Amino acid sequence: MGIEVKKANIETEEKFPGEIIPAGNGGNIVVSKLDDVINWGRKHSLWSLYFGTSCCAIEMMQTGASKTDYSRFGFEVARVTPRQADVIIIAGTITVKMAPVLRRLYDQMAEPKYVIAMGACAVSGGPFYFNSYSVVRGADHVIPVDVYIPGCPPRPEALLDAMFELQNKISNESMRHRVNNNPVDGFDEGTTK
Amino acid sequence: MGNQQFLADKIRTQEYHLNMGPQHPATHGVMRMVLKLDGEEIRDVEPVMGYIHRSIEKMSEHITYKQIIHLTDRLDYLSSHQNNEAVALLVEKATGIEVNDRIKVIRTIMSELSRIASHQLWWAVMGMDTGALTTFFYGFRDRELINDIFEETCGSRLTMNYSVIGGVRYDLHENFVKRVKDFIVHFRKKLPEYDQLLSNNVIFRKRTEGIGILTKEQVIAFGMNGPTARASGFVCDIRKKIPYSAYDRVHFEEIMATEGDAFARYKVRILEMWESMRIIEQLIDDIPEGEFKVKTKAVIKLPAGEHLQRVETARGDFGVYAISDGKKNPFRLKFRSPSFANMHGLNKMSEGTKIADLVVNFSTIDVVVPDIDR
Repeated sequence: MGIEVKKANIETEEKFPGEIIPAGNGGNIVVSKLDDVINWGRKHSLWSLYFGTSCCAIEMMQTGASKTDYSRFGFEVARVTPRQADVIIIAGTITVKMAPVLRRLYDQMAEPKYVIAMGACAVSGGPFYFNSYSVVRGADHVIPVDVYIPGCPPRPEALLDAMFELQNKISNESMRHRVNNNPVDGFDEGTTK
Repeated sequence: MGNQQFLADKIRTQEYHLNMGPQHPATHGVMRMVLKLDGEEIRDVEPVMGYIHRSIEKMSEHITYKQIIHLTDRLDYLSSHQNNEAVALLVEKATGIEVNDRIKVIRTIMSELSRIASHQLWWAVMGMDTGALTTFFYGFRDRELINDIFEETCGSRLTMNYSVIGGVRYDLHENFVKRVKDFIVHFRKKLPEYDQLLSNNVIFRKRTEGIGILTKEQVIAFGMNGPTARASGFVCDIRKKIPYSAYDRVHFEEIMATEGDAFARYKVRILEMWESMRIIEQLIDDIPEGEFKVKTKAVIKLPAGEHLQRVETARGDFGVYAISDGKKNPFRLKFRSPSFANMHGLNKMSEGTKIADLVVNFSTIDVVVPDIDR
């Protein structure tokens, strides 16, 4: 007798989404949905653009460093050029002078592209919401944002959580009707508050 | 040799401009530089600032002195404690608030911990800029221990907002002394590893030695300060010259070098970490008893006139200059930031060097871009 040890449920997203049937002649037959396979590949190889403007960049670097190592989840390839990146992590304040640069970086990225607004400044202007003449009140005035992380600066664990949220979002996408973000055309600079 | 000279005379090159930044990994944020190049040699570096200008000085004119402190965290976020302390000391000096020894000692320990954390991050990134990725993981591994200490006492990891007018925000956590001692024991073992890994590396030495030389006269003329200026032999440590908090009761050496090159700037920062540990060790054993915060008025008004307070952050001389007209908010508040002053030396440093050396030079002056733009 004794205690029955239950096998841990390892039915996680990391498994290949589909059924693999041995064909008998050494090969395999894969039965799956195309959406699932594409999303599965896409969400585990998110390459982020190194875009740190201020304090949050330090916590972003910390997330990639020893203690909370985000390469465990497939985010470790930080690119410095937007043409090779899938996701922008906006780590820091966006000012009026920086906003056109951010917009250009976003436009240069290849589809599908995602945006994480990290920290209070990128979410809403944060501590610079009142009385500041040069801060854009939230990065979503410039480019569409998928995931927001509050905090000033957010902890590395919060950034990891946001990345998981982005993975969840990607796994629910469909080729037929993609989640359309309604890109912000001719962004307003959002300085009149 | 003669052949090369012949070629150099024959082949004419044209001066051209290259834009570096604002989105560039080696500019530590959003610095933009317009380079005038002749072949690969740099003729002129023109920094273009303002990409992270957040109008902190103007905002400060609308809020009270107690509220200003939280904005100074965001200037130089790697030495946020020293920035907080500068404003707190300014108001305490102007209004005659006396703080007790406990507060002074706590502030000094926190400042030195910040300095170590800042230099660790600089070392990690410096290695990365010269092509050694391992330093990034070593530096951040040790930095995380200091972040944990800060988090326990201050409630925050990076922007602590811990020093307030008349003291510190919270009392020390019961684990504080033990954890700081543990950290010192740990880091005294780890710091020689830094030397083994990077300082004595042949490639690193060749990339830094003799690169970006500034003389003492040039350093003074540009108004540079902090470790960057001390590497050229300019005695400028505010902790020694105008001691504040508990710096007058501790023994430490002002680290100096005379070479003025990139490696000297590197060496000074590494040795400063040893000195910071020495300062903490002198204070940590007997932190005086007492209140952690002196009672102050709810609304603090500075007497009319001009007030100045200087502190030594991890980057150099940080000055807060306030003009008050007797109201609860300043008429004008100016932050004299060390990164902005050190930035001026970059052009002289990089003259005649290659683009790859510019990255090294930029890394060794250790600027924080929001501190330049404010």
